[in-house]
Amino acid sequence: MTSEELIPHLFRTEFTKITAVLCKLFGIEHIQVAEDIAGETFLLALETWSYKGAPENPVAWLYAVAKNKAKNILKRNQTFSKKIQPQLKNSVVTSSEIEIDLSEKNITDSQLQMLFAVCHPSISAEAQISLALRILCGFGIEEIANAFLSNKETINKRLYRAKEKLHHEKVQIEFPSEKEIDKRLDNVLTTLYLLFNEGYYSESSDNILREDLCLEAMRLTYLLIENEQTNLPRVNALLSLMCFHASRFAARKNENGEVVLYQDQDEKLWNAELISKGIFFINKASQGKIISKYHLEASIAYWHTIKADTKEKWESILLLYNQLLQIEYSPVAALNRTFALSKVYGKQEAIKEAEKLQLTNNHYYYTLLGELYKDINNTKAKQYFEAAYSLAKTQTDKRTIKKKIAGL
Amino acid sequence: MKEFVLIFRTSPNPDFNPSPEQAQEMMTSWMNWMGSIAAQDKLASQGSRLGISDAKVVQPNNVVTNGPFTEIKEFINGFIIVKTDSVEDAIAIAKECPMVKGGGGNVEVRRAVSPEDNS
Repeated sequence: MTSEELIPHLFRTEFTKITAVLCKLFGIEHIQVAEDIAGETFLLALETWSYKGAPENPVAWLYAVAKNKAKNILKRNQTFSKKIQPQLKNSVVTSSEIEIDLSEKNITDSQLQMLFAVCHPSISAEAQISLALRILCGFGIEEIANAFLSNKETINKRLYRAKEKLHHEKVQIEFPSEKEIDKRLDNVLTTLYLLFNEGYYSESSDNILREDLCLEAMRLTYLLIENEQTNLPRVNALLSLMCFHASRFAARKNENGEVVLYQDQDEKLWNAELISKGIFFINKASQGKIISKYHLEASIAYWHTIKADTKEKWESILLLYNQLLQIEYSPVAALNRTFALSKVYGKQEAIKEAEKLQLTNNHYYYTLLGELYKDINNTKAKQYFEAAYSLAKTQTDKRTIKKKIAGL
Repeated sequence: MKEFVLIFRTSPNPDFNPSPEQAQEMMTSWMNWMGSIAAQDKLASQGSRLGISDAKVVQPNNVVTNGPFTEIKEFINGFIIVKTDSVEDAIAIAKECPMVKGGGGNVEVRRAVSPEDNS
């Protein structure tokens, strides 16, 4: 790789590792300093390597430079060094006494601890995701803005406020205690799930970016699995779920960037490796007695990797949605359950169930009703599709509904 | 939104020996019914099935008996809690219960009294 190709590739991975270790060292109130050091390191790499060419061991080079910059800051700034070497309050700290541990273990530990710190319930879900993308995934502000269909100013403000809040709440960058870990882990999993969905459902036209969001969510979930304390069934279930969804990434949009619905997707574009990974993780998740919502969603996602419309598939999916809704209600699950019911018991039964739902603010509700009435009463079907059209907000959704009306 | 407790009662039937298929069907009907309530966002609590072994009645004067099966014709099987706007809605839900539709049991619908109520 040339140095031009090398640096962006290294940036994502090594930036986050260096930042995590330094954040842990300096504390959450100095996240910015940690980011700055990592940023300056890469700037130096860019400048130096374009002249002299990339070094033999680029990663070691980066780490050496980052360490030196960090040590310089510690030497020059008494407040910093007092924080990490409290026993040396009155003496000058020499650089040889400060160890900046960039070993693999410390990098992994630091990243894991940062993950818990960033996914903290005191800041909003959006802020958690943005912060995770910035600090843990090395995304640029513009990339984050693109993913959220927002702008740089908004994202910058969001990140700034989030960091202030974490500082204010004195959030520690550490592994939660045994008492807290269950609850904190749930929070982390929710954030990772939302992060994945950002990539999967994002309206952004940058396909590579959207895929990267999904991959980052998966990478961070895998970080949890690699750690003994967090290698729990529901974490494996979440990763399984992500693998199954991600397997259809290539098939979901055609060359024109239009959404391709499940039944129209080319199975050959489904990623077999990801599907088998999903199966691997769902098997790991099944060791244990507790069924989380992620288990149920992963199982449903598993059935969707089989395109054939068998009775067994839809009976299984219906049962899974019946269980999922009892654990946690969501309008999407309610609608999907009704669709599965139509596949098992026919449209008339499903129409009865659908009419009980009364999700009148939801365009997907009317789309479902349209689908159910199709070929039973096409006038009603059209009315429902048109109601869906007027409620739909995005261009993608409107186009999909228009196609359905045309298909009547 | 009010909460209503649905209490399930059956009569013990010693001749009732469902085949595996029948048992599966009953399970499916039950799950469909619960799923339907949950899909309408009307399930407040999955409640619990109430076991038959370890069933006791504790009475005054330190009297503890097994039961109450020998004394009464029906026993409580379990309960769930639904949340609806009116008792009529709760009744509509109860009418769909497999135990009621298929026979073999009944559902008592009781309002969970909240501090604001007077009844």
